[in-house]
Amino acid sequence: MPLNTSAPAQTGEYRPLIVAFCCNWCSYAGADLAGSSRLTYPADVKIIRVPCSCRVNPLFVLKAFERGADGVILCGCHPGDCHYTTGNYYTRRRMTLLFSMLDYLGIERERTRVEWVSAAEGAKFSATMNDFARTIRALGENRKLRDLRCGN
Amino acid sequence: MRELTNAICARAKELLQSGAAGRVLGWAPGEFFYDPTPGVFSEGRLNELVYDGFTAANLSKYCIAESQKEGKVLVLLKPCDSYSLAQLVKEHRVKRENIYALGIPCEGKLDMRKARAKGVEGALSFREEDGQVVFETLYGEVRLAREELLLERCLCCRGREYAGVDETLEYALPELPKRDRFQKVAALEEQTAQERYAFWRGELSKCIRCNACRNVCPACSCVQCVFDNPQSGVAAKANSTEFEESLFHIIRAWHVAGRCTDCGECSRVCPQSIPLHLLNRKFIKDVNELYGEYQAGADPAARPPLVNYTPEDPEPSAVLERGRA
Repeated sequence: MPLNTSAPAQTGEYRPLIVAFCCNWCSYAGADLAGSSRLTYPADVKIIRVPCSCRVNPLFVLKAFERGADGVILCGCHPGDCHYTTGNYYTRRRMTLLFSMLDYLGIERERTRVEWVSAAEGAKFSATMNDFARTIRALGENRKLRDLRCGN
Repeated sequence: MRELTNAICARAKELLQSGAAGRVLGWAPGEFFYDPTPGVFSEGRLNELVYDGFTAANLSKYCIAESQKEGKVLVLLKPCDSYSLAQLVKEHRVKRENIYALGIPCEGKLDMRKARAKGVEGALSFREEDGQVVFETLYGEVRLAREELLLERCLCCRGREYAGVDETLEYALPELPKRDRFQKVAALEEQTAQERYAFWRGELSKCIRCNACRNVCPACSCVQCVFDNPQSGVAAKANSTEFEESLFHIIRAWHVAGRCTDCGECSRVCPQSIPLHLLNRKFIKDVNELYGEYQAGADPAARPPLVNYTPEDPEPSAVLERGRA
């Protein structure tokens, strides 16, 4: 089943599916603030709340791509501000290596991103998501990492 | 080689007699001359032990099971294998007190696939004569230079240092060629994303998911693997989608990142000749470049790079900014 429900074929306009992993303590609250501040970010971004950015297993990222995501962005507290003190330091190393590996396998490096967004940065959240969605839209559909079953 | 095998057997015998160990973990003859298999020997069976150009198997992983048994086991380790054992000891996977590690010299192991590619057919036996490998085949003798037949990992031999062995056996052997092990990784990095994608699609689509790379890897030692979990959504056997091949191999390399000693067993056992070590080496290269040189198994006290951090680590966007390929 195509999971990208945000891609209505009627208009013919390409709508990407973007998965955003947001940590509960900073980025998710940042998204909340963006909402309550009436800042907009594209509906193509689907947020998955995680207890800490460090909770994101590389398999989650790969699975997201497999199930049809065109871009994956990970948001967490700024390094040094982790609710669990050091979680995002580990995330930083892990995601650097994982993204480097995806790049090595020939996946466009713009499809993956890590941004640090604090609970006070609603504006940054909105700006980041808008920018990321623009990048993904320009890149087009992710066919390289897609599960063919989801194709049609 | 016969001389070296005798020296190893003699030392093993002494150690068994002295009570330092009760049995020997070494290589036994396999079905063919080019596939010696790991085996356990009692003192009486030591004469069956093989040590020649094809005894490439890394015995470290077998120490996990062997060290759980009663009594001490004497394990024969080539220099690169000793790092794998040291890493397993560091991770508390091997009961070190049940192991007596004897470091044995190595002059590089041979790759039968390379021999076949050079036209060796119907090989019956082989012998080594000053820098040459002589295959006795159904169609006569074939002579090839030893250097042309070396396993990929031996071409970039890290040297003759041992990690954490109890004793080393001295024996003079010719030096091995030393090439940069990251040469191929760097060459791939230079290519465009499209070229890399095509390269890896071509390689990974050969995968038959036999799981040999996982099973042989000394770093892959989980009792239950994530891929054996029926709930993981990843088929344990045949790939149900094209993507699964990439996913399996990324995660396989990922799970040993920072712990892989670059022993090259994954590529050696791959029945489809996929250069799997290139995935592991990519992680090693990145770790070295971003977080400082790290050799798994070398330092028992050092924290592996992925369970460590510094506040000054580069941001993941460093990947994005790295020279546009």
